[in-house]
Amino acid sequence: MDNHYIQSNGLHVNYSLISDMIEKGSKVLDLGCGDGYLLQLLKKNNNIIGNGIEISQEHVISCLEKGLSVIQGDIDDGLKQFSDKSYDYVVLNQTLQSVSEPEFVLEEMLRVGKKCIVSFPNFAYWRIRLKFFFTGNMPKSKVLPFEWYNTPNIHLLSIKDFFEFAKNHNIKILQGIYTTRASIRRGIQYNIFSNLLAEEAIFIISYNVSEKISRYQIKY
Amino acid sequence: MNNIGIVKTQYYTIEEKIKLESGIEFSPVTVAYETYGSLNKEGNNAILIIHALTGDAHAAGYKTEEDKKPGWWDPLIGPGKPFDTNKYFVVCTNIFGGCSGTTGPSSINPETGEPYGISFPVFTIEDTIKIQKKVLDYLGVKSLYSVAGGSMGGMQAMQFSITYPEFVKSAILIATTSKLSPQAIAFNAVGRNSIISDPAWNNGNYYNKEIKPDRGLSIARMVGHITYLCEEAMYNKFGRKLQNKNHYDFNFDIDFQVESYLQHQGQIFVDRFDANSYLYITKAMDYFDLENKYGSLENAFSRTKSKFLVISFDSDWLFPSSQAKEIVNTLMRLNKDISYCEIKSPCGHDAFLLEYDVQSKIIESFLNTHIKGEIDG
Repeated sequence: MDNHYIQSNGLHVNYSLISDMIEKGSKVLDLGCGDGYLLQLLKKNNNIIGNGIEISQEHVISCLEKGLSVIQGDIDDGLKQFSDKSYDYVVLNQTLQSVSEPEFVLEEMLRVGKKCIVSFPNFAYWRIRLKFFFTGNMPKSKVLPFEWYNTPNIHLLSIKDFFEFAKNHNIKILQGIYTTRASIRRGIQYNIFSNLLAEEAIFIISYNVSEKISRYQIKY
Repeated sequence: MNNIGIVKTQYYTIEEKIKLESGIEFSPVTVAYETYGSLNKEGNNAILIIHALTGDAHAAGYKTEEDKKPGWWDPLIGPGKPFDTNKYFVVCTNIFGGCSGTTGPSSINPETGEPYGISFPVFTIEDTIKIQKKVLDYLGVKSLYSVAGGSMGGMQAMQFSITYPEFVKSAILIATTSKLSPQAIAFNAVGRNSIISDPAWNNGNYYNKEIKPDRGLSIARMVGHITYLCEEAMYNKFGRKLQNKNHYDFNFDIDFQVESYLQHQGQIFVDRFDANSYLYITKAMDYFDLENKYGSLENAFSRTKSKFLVISFDSDWLFPSSQAKEIVNTLMRLNKDISYCEIKSPCGHDAFLLEYDVQSKIIESFLNTHIKGEIDG
């Protein structure tokens, strides 16, 4: 999926924010790791032990060239090769909106990771709202550059949607970062202005303690 | 291309008794091997290349000035190539029980003065790598920077990392499996049956006879070749094209190109391979089952200390990607350092001997960056 590459390259600020969130020496699994830029950065800055999963052969080779350990695979197939809580962090950077079963992928991440980092473009961003309102076409932007018929982003969502999802799935939001072009807002409570002003969001999440196992685990 | 040039097969004889997995003690064993590049003084820049079912020690370079065909993995081995002979000391040996210089059923039993035939002991994949380890010891290799092989070579590389965890720093497993599927065993069984049912096989005693079990061996090879290709490869290579004719002949001679190809492969194979070796080596493959040997795949790999690179090909139905993924998933669960790539190829199982572009990049990157600095001294 070259599209991930285009997207993530426009988002280097995102990378350093994620790097700031991760404790040094952690064990990190990057889902849809693309060309391995984030993993490489985390190895350098945070001294992590990292693994990546990536579907595209070209990107797998780029990762290997960077000296990263990478597994070619489709995260939509689940993470059954990983045992519960086997990573400190599982990262899903700018990929949530393009997986075919976001609910399943998030459940799997939360099973495997002690904490999970999820970032996505906020579809309730005011420019997107205005574009849709005035033009009547599916909105495009720097972050979402595709046409409706060729976009990999098949599950677009807003910050509000994510908060609702978290509530319904017993997911605890440990940190929330909302980036606009000029500034960064933070907060773990839903805020209507963040939903309007932020172009992207990054969350650190985990299960509420009461949650014992993922209901998807039963599949195995 | 940067070719290694003229190379010479060398021989090393292990005199002491080797205890095989079956319990039988066997000696002496002469091993044919080739080396490319030079061993550093720490003895830690060696890479062992392991051939597949019918390969030999001649992995790279040419045998003579006139030789037109280089070694079987020449595109990957040489100065500036992924197995870079400027950096690494590359070793390849002929498998125990083979027929290209290493002691096998066609060798003379010193006790009788006759070829072993089927009095040669049945051996396993682990037996073959223990013998290779003795050659590496003799050559002064202290640890393997990497061990790499495709197909049955991959099985041996896997076993190497399990039997000698401290010795193996990384393993490259290509188009391989931790155990043969019943389907793969079935194809091997057809091959063996075709040899055994050839009257010329004569219970393995044919070395001094005029007629050899060529017919049986060539059919075994034909069956083998079908499993090395895939439907798409066969369409690309032959389609339904006829061989030197425009119409069917309405008899049982060769009509189709695919028939002609298989017959040719069978015929040239009997000139270079021994029927008894084919029986023994396919048997060793059939017996290979890490799960059975160690209780589980997790148990098998838990002792390993090497980094792993696993490569499969999407059109390989003999050792399909699903089998590679079993290895990969096990290594992931065990927190081993593992990378995996499934290469798109229309070539079937044979791809590991044909698809060099992507394979080169992957192997080179893996070798360059994974253990960087370790052998620079």
